[in-house]
Amino acid sequence: MSLALIAALPFIGALFPGLMIRAGRNVCASITLSATALALIGLLMNAPAVFLRGETILESYEWLPQIGLNVNFMLDGLGFLFALMILGIGLLIIIYARFYLAGSDPMGNFYTYLLLFQGAMVGIVLSDNILLLLIFWELTSLSSFLLIGYWKHLPDGRQGARMALTVTGMGGLAMIGGMLILGQIAGSYDIHVILQNGDAIRESELYLPALILILLGAFTKSAQFPFHFWLPHAMAAPTPVSAYLHSATMVKAGLFLMARMWPALSGTPEWFWIVSVAGLITMVLGAVIALFKDDLKALLAFSTVSHLGLITLLLGLGTEYAAYAAVFHIINHATFKAALFMTAGIVDHEAHTRNIRLLGGLRRLMPITFTIGTIAALSMAGIPLFNGFLSKEMMLQAAEETGLWFAVIATIGAIFSVAYSFRFIVHTFLGPVRDDYPHRPHDPGFGMWVSPAILCVLVVVIGLFPAQTVGGFVDVVASAVVGNYVHEHLAIWHGVTPALIMSIIAVGVGIVVLAFQRGLAPVWDKAPRPEAKAMFDALVSRAAKGANELTDALHDGAISRYLGILTVVILGYAVWAFVSGTHVPGTRELLPIGPVEMVFFAVLITCSLGVVLMHRMRFVALIVISICGLVVAMSFVRFSAPDLALTQLTVEVATIILLLLALNYMPKETPVGTTFPRRVRDVVIALVTGGAVGGLAYALLTRSPSLPTISDYHVANSYTGGGGNNVVNVILVDFRGFDTMGEIIVLGIAALVIFAIVEAALQGPASRRLRNWVPDMPQSRDRHPLMMVVVTRMTLPIALIVGIYIFLRGHNEPGGGFISGLVVAIALLMQYMASGFAFSTERQRVAYHGMISAGVLIAVLSGLASVVLGWNFLTSTNEYLYIPGLERIHLASAVSFDLGVFLTVVGAVMLALASLSRIGLRAGEGVNLTPMDVDPSADHSRTEMRADRQKEN
Amino acid sequence: MEVLVAISIGAMTASGIYLMLRLRTFTVVLGLSMLTYAVNVFLFASGRLVTGAPPILGSLDTLSDPLPQALVLTAIVISFGMTALVVMLALSAYLNAGTDEIDIEKPGEQPETGG
Repeated sequence: MSLALIAALPFIGALFPGLMIRAGRNVCASITLSATALALIGLLMNAPAVFLRGETILESYEWLPQIGLNVNFMLDGLGFLFALMILGIGLLIIIYARFYLAGSDPMGNFYTYLLLFQGAMVGIVLSDNILLLLIFWELTSLSSFLLIGYWKHLPDGRQGARMALTVTGMGGLAMIGGMLILGQIAGSYDIHVILQNGDAIRESELYLPALILILLGAFTKSAQFPFHFWLPHAMAAPTPVSAYLHSATMVKAGLFLMARMWPALSGTPEWFWIVSVAGLITMVLGAVIALFKDDLKALLAFSTVSHLGLITLLLGLGTEYAAYAAVFHIINHATFKAALFMTAGIVDHEAHTRNIRLLGGLRRLMPITFTIGTIAALSMAGIPLFNGFLSKEMMLQAAEETGLWFAVIATIGAIFSVAYSFRFIVHTFLGPVRDDYPHRPHDPGFGMWVSPAILCVLVVVIGLFPAQTVGGFVDVVASAVVGNYVHEHLAIWHGVTPALIMSIIAVGVGIVVLAFQRGLAPVWDKAPRPEAKAMFDALVSRAAKGANELTDALHDGAISRYLGILTVVILGYAVWAFVSGTHVPGTRELLPIGPVEMVFFAVLITCSLGVVLMHRMRFVALIVISICGLVVAMSFVRFSAPDLALTQLTVEVATIILLLLALNYMPKETPVGTTFPRRVRDVVIALVTGGAVGGLAYALLTRSPSLPTISDYHVANSYTGGGGNNVVNVILVDFRGFDTMGEIIVLGIAALVIFAIVEAALQGPASRRLRNWVPDMPQSRDRHPLMMVVVTRMTLPIALIVGIYIFLRGHNEPGGGFISGLVVAIALLMQYMASGFAFSTERQRVAYHGMISAGVLIAVLSGLASVVLGWNFLTSTNEYLYIPGLERIHLASAVSFDLGVFLTVVGAVMLALASLSRIGLRAGEGVNLTPMDVDPSADHSRTEMRADRQKEN
Repeated sequence: MEVLVAISIGAMTASGIYLMLRLRTFTVVLGLSMLTYAVNVFLFASGRLVTGAPPILGSLDTLSDPLPQALVLTAIVISFGMTALVVMLALSAYLNAGTDEIDIEKPGEQPETGG
């Protein structure tokens, strides 16, 4: 199966469980299981190529080749091992989680998060491009955040998730830097190329910064000292998550990266000292802390930290033997640690506690769980016949070969490892049966113990027959890590070696240490030590405080200040650009000035000045500003833009009506709010900006375009390509139809937001204010005057026909969807104004929301229709239409797109105004279902159905 | 003619900027409308001024530049959407807070919460 498909399957599968939870938990679990199983089968289909023929499978798709980011996948032994663990243990976890999660836990979400995480992990281990790897790397941080914080109601879960995200996210950021440097040195972002350039990378002067940055990413992910503190806090997650993240996947990602980059980065003193020392410290520290943890999961968490340290140490030593041991221990750790986490989960599930002090004697009550837990824990302790023994022997051997101090410290780590592993068995399962468990435990159902049982079978089989079972497999994987063929003979008995002696010491002393554990625990608890969580919290809160202070200083709530600064800065840039540029005089021939233009110019200048002088009287200002709009429309007429003139006119009408209606519920006067110097300052800013813009406009107008414009293309192809003579309309619906589609979507969204704002305003304090609203201006007694009702009623059909006419002719003459939409909207608007909201709404057949969505949908569909026909999106064709009795109609297929525009415009304008009417209704305006308040032709008392101050609903 | 258009653009900009820097929402909305006119005319003018040459194919030899016209046409409609949205925000803010001042005292706090 294609590698891309293997990586994509979990992501595809993730779409289902979250959406399909209503189909039941078993369906969800089955879908999750199927997605994982399919990916696993796909992976196994590639096994012969990797293991029998020794190939490295490469697959590549271009994504952003300009920056070296391509979707390149690679499958070799190492990637195979990790993908196998991720998917294989994933399968077991999915089964286990089905039975572990309580009825109140949303299982659909859980499986969706799990699959997202699984996909990200598979992506990491199969990536052949480090930029792609980084993307998957960040995805694991994000999806593990969701998983760790799955129990949103628990503060521990939320804090643990946040800490994990912060630490691993910061590491990821550092790693991005390191990877970019690495790619620059190697000259490629493809991993298989980088791995071949190991010498060049190690000799580069940027090697050390790259190494440190990449190791920051790996160490934070794999919880290496001093970043180990997040892992125990992530234990607030449900146990299946812990079992998955901390045995086979998330924390192993850092190890994977170190193993992956081993040929390129290892073999230097820097690598040796940084990696092996960090590993050594982590191993011993984790083991010691684990011994004193009373929470089963915390014990396992720190043991995980310790074992990750062990593997890091092995990778850091830099020898092929150690790398081989690392690979082997990765396999072994995944098997026994996943089983142990699931055992801890079973104990917690059945006894309702994970506190070792409250447990003991479970051997008789839970024999199956006891067997599973004991086998896995003995493997963790490194007892012969179990797989943990084999790789731990190899680790001790490798440490012994490195030096005395390494041997001593490794043995100390092993001692504590034995001690806490035995403690897990002895204090949980052995001893007398107690009668004070929070809940009387018994073995769980088959579904819960089958997963760890399978892992235990692996533990024993690998432990007994290592060479026959996994020997060849480890050979291939280890060869992939080190870059050339390696082989070790895996066996239980190598004779009396130093490693065996160290092992015997570890077991002996470990048992003694365990005997003293109860006595030492109080001393350990009292011993002073740095508390990582407190330090982390302090750091985070200090950073948050700093950020808040900075934000408060910049963002002080004075919007006028922001606008002022914005204007001045833009002005400054403009002046700088002007001063630093070169200029040539304008040569364009100027148009003559006629008397009509002079008049309009004078009106415009007067109104621009007038609106400033009279802005305190808001109604007057509105009237004055609308005159400006009209002059603008006139100028469009004068300068050969009929479409613009029509649009400007109709929009002007709609805007002013809207502002008038809104102003009805706002103060009618603006008080003097600023000091005189401030007004002077604003006048200066305004005049300088206005002067600059005017000057720029003049410079532009007096010079011809220096480059040929693309308009010539539009003009030349308007009729032949777009089937229309009105070039502006053809540009809108054809050449730049995609833009127009975006515009109508924005318009639709704006209208929906207005609706939502009004919806929100009709709750809460605004609603109370409206109910008590008293008109502050004299109100007409006759709100729906006869003359207006009659005239608007008569105009409506005419206006609609004009709208249709403008719409149809738009492709060849001035007009089109925008303008006809506005015309029709204004015609409908007039009905609202004449006869009121209730009257008009009752006669409204189509909801405006529906009209907006229908419009957008029609526009999109008409674009897709051309895709279906094999053309580019929004390509149009045209035809003549003959209807008997009518002129021949030139119909382009773009007309359906224009229809979408039309519907959206009508819907948006009407929704905005209808929303305003609802505010009026809440303010106690009467509701009338008849067209007029006073019907002169009928009995007065029957027509008047006015219900004063009737509230909506 | 060009000088008149340029002065008009400048005048509308100045008027818009001044109103935008006032402290009441409605005035700011008026300022934004004014600025919209100025910007639209400016964009339109980037196609240069031509009289008597609407961009309709047919009898005419020279046409005015259709592209700025198409862009400004959508800009006019979008600015209607923007004005409508802003004025509704202003209205709802006034109804909620009981004041139409645009500057608030402290970040994250309303000048007055509740009725």
